[in-house]
Amino acid sequence: MHKINEISILSGKGGTGKTSIAAALATLGENTVAADCDVDAANLYLILHPNDYKTEKYISGHKAVINYDICTQCGLCKDHCRFNAIERKPDPDYPEGKISIVETSCDGCWLCSRICPVNAIDMVPSDKSNWFLGNYRYGKMVHARLAPGEENSGKLVSVVREQARKTADECGAKNIIIDGPPGTGCAAIASLTGADKMVVVTEPTGTGLHDMKRILDLAGRFQVKRYVIINKSDLNTDIRDKICSWCAKEGVPVIGDLPFDPRMVHSMVACKSIQEWAPDSEISASIHKIYELLTQS
Amino acid sequence: MKIAIASGKGGTGKTFVSTNLFAVAEKEYRNVTLVDCDAEEPNVTVFIDGNTISTDIINQHLPVIDKEACVYCGKCRDWCNYNAIICLPDNKQIYLIEDLCHDCGACLAACQYNAISETDKRLGTVTVKQYSDSARIIEARADIGVYSPVQVIKAALNKAENPELMLMDSPPGISCPFIAAVVPADYVVLVTEPTPFGLNDLKLSVETLEQLEKPFGVIVNRAGLGDDRVYDWLEEKNIPLLMKIPFDKNIARIYSQSLLLVRENPLYEALFLDLLKTIEGSCIK
Repeated sequence: MHKINEISILSGKGGTGKTSIAAALATLGENTVAADCDVDAANLYLILHPNDYKTEKYISGHKAVINYDICTQCGLCKDHCRFNAIERKPDPDYPEGKISIVETSCDGCWLCSRICPVNAIDMVPSDKSNWFLGNYRYGKMVHARLAPGEENSGKLVSVVREQARKTADECGAKNIIIDGPPGTGCAAIASLTGADKMVVVTEPTGTGLHDMKRILDLAGRFQVKRYVIINKSDLNTDIRDKICSWCAKEGVPVIGDLPFDPRMVHSMVACKSIQEWAPDSEISASIHKIYELLTQS
Repeated sequence: MKIAIASGKGGTGKTFVSTNLFAVAEKEYRNVTLVDCDAEEPNVTVFIDGNTISTDIINQHLPVIDKEACVYCGKCRDWCNYNAIICLPDNKQIYLIEDLCHDCGACLAACQYNAISETDKRLGTVTVKQYSDSARIIEARADIGVYSPVQVIKAALNKAENPELMLMDSPPGISCPFIAAVVPADYVVLVTEPTPFGLNDLKLSVETLEQLEKPFGVIVNRAGLGDDRVYDWLEEKNIPLLMKIPFDKNIARIYSQSLLLVRENPLYEALFLDLLKTIEGSCIK
């Protein structure tokens, strides 16, 4: 097995430019594997246009369903459910209210179905989420779509990561570019675990700085090299300087300082990466340097 | 009245809309609460703050296995649907993987030997702040490294005590944290931007809200930046366009300095007041 370099792009705060930068990095080298781990709101496919040749179902969990032909309305399930997902719903036929599942609160733990004395609760798999594998013009892409309101986005991220590694191994790709989710929860943690490098894309705003600190703090608990890119860096030079001095103090290298360039937006509207849309621009040159730094071993 | 401010895509301006709406509502209503439900990256207090009234620590339960009483039967492991318990009967070993535990209580119910009790594990905090005589901020803040912020979000929502107007700044995405923040709402304001990414994620949010049967409207932020496809789609789907906020360097600068647009610019104070009245109208309908 050859050495694979996994580069995870995260931000904490949303909308700082993760996907635009991930798309640029994924269209620079030949034989790259791109993995979109923002499974809640996947966008990278809009730029890379993969030709999917594999689609697989992902079982995100199970939801409890009551069989009213058997249910005795004893309420034992309601007493045990810690997610407040079982209630007595007002119903003209049931003076005390009808034992019902609140689907949006059900965590799929199976406890109600296991303790029901008459086996009146079935656990039905949620199978509306999918993951995909396809070719794009610079390599292969793994992406996914979580069905609305599903649990376990972190687990789906792990599935995408695993497929990306397997694919990279099979096709001899050296680099996996991971477009991560916002936040610091399960999906962000799953996007970081086992990665070689993490790049935080931030912006010089009060919230950009606040969220960058949280995601760098999270990453500091993992064996991952941390880097920062300041996007739209000319928006507020005071905060840009604050970001730089904070990163210097923490020993996190700032490897990119990209001023706002409307061509970034134009390229997205045209569904192309900035490298493809404006290859000779200054911003493309800056991103090329970032790519070389991140992909050298 | 409970209004959630949400979006599939991050960084479209949820917190920007929530805090500015709060600043105009605070003068209109006797009793307003803004709940920051984006517990993974709580940002409301970067813009508006107040005197802290209380900070509650939010815990979950974790099972503690008494190795003297345990017979290594493995039933707790079998009942744990999150694979949080590893049991090796041959070696008389049993472990808990704390991060995988969802606090469902199945192991406790499974054990017939009274070998499982529970302890607390900290997930985050809920802080209540008084902004003015009529207005409060409640912040849900998950600790760094915590997998799911849902319990912290629910605790923050419970803390709100049914105010006359409740605004909820929701987490991005369409999965469990988003659902937790949006389910209590009477109306949802979706914030998007006129780009292919914004439109793609708007469609996902709309699909989710339609399943939840929630009334909603859309704000397009950074209008003029991308293209017109989002407007065409809104028209085609007959979804109300509540407001357009232009892409403007001055607005971006005010935001970057953590200031409130409605306090800096009277025109926007009037526009956000109109927005509040429009939403009120939709809720009464």
